[in-house]
This record gives sequence, C-alpha cells and structure tokens, in this order.
Amino acid sequence: MSSTVQPRGTTKIALSVHSWLVYIFFFAPIFVLIVFSFSDDRNVGRWGGFTLEWYQGFFDHSQIQSAVWVSVRVALLSTVISVVLGTLAALALERFKFRGRQVFDALLYLPIIIPDVTMAVMMLLFFAEFFELLEAWFNLDWQKGFGSITISHIAFNISFVSVVVRARLAGMSEVLEEAALDLYATRWKTFRYVTFPQIMPGVAGGALLALTLSLDDVVVTQFAAGPGATTLPVFVFGLIRRGVTPLINATSVLMLAASVFLVALSLAFQQFSGRGGRPLLRGAREAVSTPNNQIKKEIYQ
Amino acid sequence: MTRAAVRPEEQEAAAATPEYEKAANRAASRRGLLLSLPAYAYLVLFFAVPLGIVMIYSFATRNRFGGTDLSGWNLEAYRKLGEPIVRDILFRSLWLAILTTLICLAVSYPFAYFMATRTPLLRNVMLVFVMIPFWTNFLVRNYAWRVLLGNDGLFTNITEAIGLGERELLFTTSAVVIGLVYGSLPFMVLPLYASIERIDLSLVEASRDLYASGFQTFRRILFPLSMPGVIAGSILVFVPSLGAYVTPEILGGAKTTLLGSYIVTQFLTARNWPVGASLSFVLMAVMLVATVVYFRTGGRNL
Repeated sequence: MSSTVQPRGTTKIALSVHSWLVYIFFFAPIFVLIVFSFSDDRNVGRWGGFTLEWYQGFFDHSQIQSAVWVSVRVALLSTVISVVLGTLAALALERFKFRGRQVFDALLYLPIIIPDVTMAVMMLLFFAEFFELLEAWFNLDWQKGFGSITISHIAFNISFVSVVVRARLAGMSEVLEEAALDLYATRWKTFRYVTFPQIMPGVAGGALLALTLSLDDVVVTQFAAGPGATTLPVFVFGLIRRGVTPLINATSVLMLAASVFLVALSLAFQQFSGRGGRPLLRGAREAVSTPNNQIKKEIYQ
Repeated sequence: MTRAAVRPEEQEAAAATPEYEKAANRAASRRGLLLSLPAYAYLVLFFAVPLGIVMIYSFATRNRFGGTDLSGWNLEAYRKLGEPIVRDILFRSLWLAILTTLICLAVSYPFAYFMATRTPLLRNVMLVFVMIPFWTNFLVRNYAWRVLLGNDGLFTNITEAIGLGERELLFTTSAVVIGLVYGSLPFMVLPLYASIERIDLSLVEASRDLYASGFQTFRRILFPLSMPGVIAGSILVFVPSLGAYVTPEILGGAKTTLLGSYIVTQFLTARNWPVGASLSFVLMAVMLVATVVYFRTGGRNL
C-alpha cells in the first residue's frame, strides 16, 4: 500500500486515538459490570471489597434457577427442530425448483427482518386466539408457557438456520452430487455421504446461531411466556425494571460468559476442527477439505 | 431444474423427448416441495397466520371493557395514529433513530477506514474485537449502561469527582441514544469496513497525486465509492433503532416513550389492541421498504 493511502502524521494519530476510544466505548461497560459483580456492596457503583456472595445468590435463587432450566430446555428443543426444518428448507430452495418456491423464499426471509415488537404482538394475539379455540372446540385449558415459548423461538430460528445453510450450499459445487448420482448412489446416499458432510459446518453454525438467539431473546419471549414458565432473560428484564442490584450483575456476567462460550465454540469449530478433536468434527473437516475422498469411497465400496 | 437433481436415466430421457423432460421436471418439483413442506407448513401456521391475525385486529374496534370486537372492520385504529400523542411518539422515535444512525456513521467511518488500511493480521484482530460485544447478550449490554449511568453509578461518581456536580443521565433521551448507539455500532462498522476494504485505494492515491486535499479526496472519491456500505450500515442501524423496545425500557424514562414501548403498552396495560396492532403494522411496513432498498443497493453482497 502506498504512502498517500496510509494515514500519516496527525491524521494517523487522530485515527488511532479514535479507534482506541471506540474500543473503550465497546468494552468499558462490560468491564465495569464484571468488576462490580464481585463487589461486596449493595450499591452497584461503589467498590466494597471482593465477594462471591452474588454468585452464590444466583445459585440459591429458586426462581432464577427454574428460569435457567426453562431457557436451556427451550433453546435446545427449538434449536434441534429448527435445524432440521431449516436445513431441509435450504436444500429445497438451493437445489430444486418447485411451485410456490418464491412465496416460500419470501416467507422464510420475513422472520429475520420483522421488528421484534411486531413478532411479539403476533405471538400474543395468535396464542390468545389459539387457546380460545382449543377451549371452545376441544374443551382444553392450555396456558402459555414452555410450549408457546418454544413454538415462537422455532418460528424465528428456522429462517436464521436456513440462511446460514443456504450460504454454504450456494458456495458448494453441485458437481460432486452429480457425480454420486451418475454412479448410481441413491438420493439418500448422495445426501448422507456427499452433501451432508460438506454442509456440516453450515449446519453447525446455524445451530449455534439458533441457540444464541433463543438464549438471548427477550421481547418475543415476554409475549409468548405465561404464568407456566418464563426464561432467564425475561425474568432478569423484569428484575431490572424494578431496580439495579448486585444479584443482577452476577446473573448478567454469567449470561455474558455463556454467550462468549458459545461464540468461542463456533469459532473453534470453524477453525480448529481439523486438529484432533472429536471424530464428528474431524470428519466434517475432512469432508470439506478433501471431498474427493468421500466420492472415491463411494465408488470403490 | 438444477442438473444435480437429475438422475442419469432422467438425463437421458430428458434428451430424448420433451415429454420425459416434463416428467423429470415434475419429479424435481415434487421433491423440492416435499423437502420444504415441514418448514413451509410451520411458517404458515405459526408465522403467516399470526401475521394475518394482527392485520385483522388492526381493523377491529376496542370495546368498552378493553376487549376487542372483531366484527365490523374499520380504519379507526389507523386514524388514531394521527392523534397528537401517537404522532409525537412516532416523530420522537423517527428522530432518535435518525440521530442514532448519524452518530453511528460519524463514529464508524474513521474507525472502519483506519481498520481497512491496517495490515491483514491487525485487521482480523480488530474485527474480532468488534464482533465480541456484537455477540454478547443484548439485554446484558443495555443493563451494563444502566449500571454505569445510574444513581450512584460510576458516571455520576466521575462527574462529581471532577467538579461537574451530580450529573445524572439515566432515564433521559441521551441515555437512550447512548444505549442505541452502543447496541448497533457493530452493524455500521462491519458493512462500512467491508465496502471500504474493497475500494481500490490507488484511486485515493491518484486523487492525492493530482493535488486534491485530504477532504476533497474523501468527499469526491472515498465517500461515493463506499456508498453501498454507508447505505447498508444505515439501514441496519436505523431499522432496529426505530422499533427498539429493550433499550428505551431500561435506559429511558416516562418522557422518552418510543414506538416499541408504546405498542407494548397498548397490549399489556392500555388494552387498546387495535391501535397496537396497527402500529405494529406500520413498523413492519417501514422495515419492508428498508429491506427492499437494502437489497437493491447490493447490501446483500457485503
């Protein structure tokens, strides 16, 4: 790069100072939050010595604990279902032309771009009407709770999974699938041994995204949750509105740690799955780097 | 139909007669439909139907008991959007969303340019550190600012210590804007960086060689060329800011009610569901227009 393009002198200093300020802006609040979650003072702005009592409080708080379990169960169940549905949808859209394809494509994009608040309102009205119908037609007295939260999370997660998987499929040549089909592999075998190993990183990435979105969601969940069950973010949101406490600090730091862990996992999956690791990860990595081997195996078997 | 979807015998058949080609097309169409069916059915039932219900409610009337009469459609709820209270909230939301977008743009542009002119290794490191806050829990990020700005928070302690008196920002419009900027800054940085990095910087060099000043080069060369990134980033910041709910709830006060909170209030406390539904619809319409613009200007490729 030439010297006139590279910022020089005062410009360079100004730009570099600016960048540092941006990073301070990014990280200072998080840093303060972490530090004060260890402070032994009810007042969150004053340092009162080191303590772990707020973290103890997190684990002793029965409502928080039950909210944590609802969150985890909702996240896992909605991720599994949306990964299956989203991957199938991605395959259909990237590999086939069918009637109603464009409508489906548009419908699949809507949950991504729709405002959280609109989606939340949709879920509120839908479940209100739905449960009324159940009551009137089948005399079922259902309440909002675990089921309705999971249903709403799947509704937005399918789209995110399919976008990630489609990106992977689009960058993948169809030649290998064609070759497998030419060599009389069944469609299932072609998918199982050729397509799936190649889209595996996309599927895993989509799954981690779905998991993160489900664990983070407040707005939609708030409207889909009921007296039956509530998730951790919704519970914490309710606590925050009543005021700031060190207990919320500790809970927030743990939520922060959970998201950082998930991101680290997805990065590790993308970058280092080839070196050691579990057979599943290694298999996926090999399928990507040397797809020909998969085909050869199919041919010689 | 894609080639991979054709089995060998189908391929031969397709070459033979149009009749067989049609049959093969139908088979592929069936397969595609079959694969998409589970997600299709799910989204129709749990997304399209709820959307339809919201639309029906937006044309309904609120009755005296806070319930909603679905018979007799009318535009009453949409007419209410012109009333001063709602109009003020609409304009305030619009203004704050624009302000947030402009601040994000002003902060991100020099940052993204600096990042794009670093060595590849440094670029990646800088990118990762932009991505980390972007990936962390949204609620927690807003809460962190509440801790910082709150009563007896670090911010107040600092203003007191440097002799500015006990300043408090929490529950003001400034606090909401800080929170919105904090939440959406990465959405501006990433597309800007992507588009600046793609510019052939020898054009900048040529401009300087021809005695353009730094500012002229920026205004006539760099900025126009980075326009796709500017538009994409602005939409990615503006749209969520307009419908923001969590940030104003946590950092704002009664005087800073925004669209998102107002809609929620209509459902939970005011119990005027038709007005809430019509506002949600307006919000979605803005979002759809913005998305169309985004795709038209090539935001998808960033």
